Amino acid sequence: MAYSAKVIDHYNNPRNVGSLDPKDDSVGTGLVGAPECGDVMKLQIKVNEETGVIEDAKFKTFGCGSAIASSSLATEMLKGKTIEEAAAIKNTAIVQELNLPPVKIHCSVLAEDAIKAAIEDFKKKQAAKRAKAQEALTNA
Amino acid sequence: MALDLSRPIYMDYNATTPMDSRVLEAMMPYFTEKFGNAASRNHVYGWEAEEAVEKAREQVAKAIGADAKEIIFTSGATESDNIALKGAVEMYAEKGNHIVTMLTEHKAVLDTCRRLERDGKATVTYLAPKQDGLVDLEKLEAAITDKTIMVAIMMANNEIGVIQPMEQIGEICRKHNVLFFTDAVQAVGKVPVDVNAMKIDVLSISGHKVYGPKGIGALYVRRKNPRVKLAPVIDGGGHERGMRSGTLNVPGIVGLGKALELCIEEMPNEMKRLTYLRNKLKDGILSQLEEVYVNGSMESRLPGNLNMSFAYVEGEGLLMGLKGLAVSSGSACTSASLEPSHVLKALGVGDELAHSSIRYGLGRFTTEEEVDYAIQITVEAVNRLREMSPLYEMAKAGIDLKSVQWTHH
Ligand SMILES: Cc1ncc(COP(=O)(O)O)c(C=O)c1O
Repeated sequence: MAYSAKVIDHYNNPRNVGSLDPKDDSVGTGLVGAPECGDVMKLQIKVNEETGVIEDAKFKTFGCGSAIASSSLATEMLKGKTIEEAAAIKNTAIVQELNLPPVKIHCSVLAEDAIKAAIEDFKKKQAAKRAKAQEALTNA
Repeated sequence: MALDLSRPIYMDYNATTPMDSRVLEAMMPYFTEKFGNAASRNHVYGWEAEEAVEKAREQVAKAIGADAKEIIFTSGATESDNIALKGAVEMYAEKGNHIVTMLTEHKAVLDTCRRLERDGKATVTYLAPKQDGLVDLEKLEAAITDKTIMVAIMMANNEIGVIQPMEQIGEICRKHNVLFFTDAVQAVGKVPVDVNAMKIDVLSISGHKVYGPKGIGALYVRRKNPRVKLAPVIDGGGHERGMRSGTLNVPGIVGLGKALELCIEEMPNEMKRLTYLRNKLKDGILSQLEEVYVNGSMESRLPGNLNMSFAYVEGEGLLMGLKGLAVSSGSACTSASLEPSHVLKALGVGDELAHSSIRYGLGRFTTEEEVDYAIQITVEAVNRLREMSPLYEMAKAGIDLKSVQWTHH
């Protein structure tokens, strides 16, 4: 199968490969997919806790070229967005930008899932942090 | 000599082979001046075509230790496999309707069996191989019933190159009076094949795996002890002892004959050379990368085949990194489906490692420089993709990947 120029570019020069500290309260981690299915994405966001703006995003992906490109592009799209804006990102935007063929649409769906999972994780951590602070307050 | 990298280096000889120029040369006259129909009995055009076909029949027979009368020409091994199975089921319906085969067979055998089952014409037992890809002879013998008419087990596997214990399988088939059919597409011309020593009754050959043309194949059908008869799949003028009608593809047949003659001539040297190159490729990769697994037996294997799984990287993604090499993967790429290789699954390799596999096929025109290059770019690509792999990171952190709750989609 021939890949689009944009997929090849992201594959050869992936943006934002790496990891953020998953224990940091301002970091949300999404891990989606399964090795048996041939793709796993880990996507992380670092959010400014005051403004809710995503200041950094990193990914690591096990998968085909389109899966790598989808997650690489997703990190690019995330940076600078608020978490509300990020939550509204649709897989179709990734399909369009990368010219993914129909058999590779699942890669973009997985990237959308990864974004949602990372936001979810960030929100969960924030809620836990608030609950803890609340608890500390009431116990004081 | 500097490598020509203007096109990917071809290392997919199990998929197909380039035609040898000596084969093309032998074929050329039969497209133009010697264009006769081999069935024309009344003039020189027909005679010279027939003579060329009969010479090729001898060449093909010699490559497998058979008699020329036992060879029929077909359009390729897919057709040969179809005639072998469908022809036997129809011809031996009175004796029984049961076939024993393996899960690791080529689709030309598996899908033909599935159709025979669907049409209610046969029942089929699909044996799982042992972990090394070889048949479990005890299971094979146990699977044979008094309704079994044929055992269909390929000699060498197209994905993992493992060579089945032919003589023992033949022995079991004779003992139970069932036909032994083997798809020997990958083995003929590469390693010694002898239909008598191996007690083979029916055998498929393809032209394009032996440096001959595409669209030509042959079927060996034993003529005595036992005399095998197969009902035709294609009806018509009654060519090829009635088993395969249709005007003979004379240039293709000449090409197949010549191609096999060359393979047999060069086999002793070529087996040594390819074994050396293949082992160099394997050792070169294994010495520089951890967690790489060879799929299938290394002891009983085609000289030019190597199939490896690279843990934590996905095969299709890896292929993209190996763009200087024309190889294939057991991942989604082998077909339009997103299913990993049915062969690797049958070995019990596990889906994740099946998705991580690459098949290297070396052949006549492979050089040592090309092998060195393949080692280098494989190591580079795997290292790069592992740095990008969440699975590699987790494994390095001591996380057992089997214990993770994955989100299946
Ligand atoms: C083991 C095996 N059997 C059958 C075939 C089909 O042969 P052909 O392409 O001549 O139909 C192939 C090759 O694709 C093969 O590798």
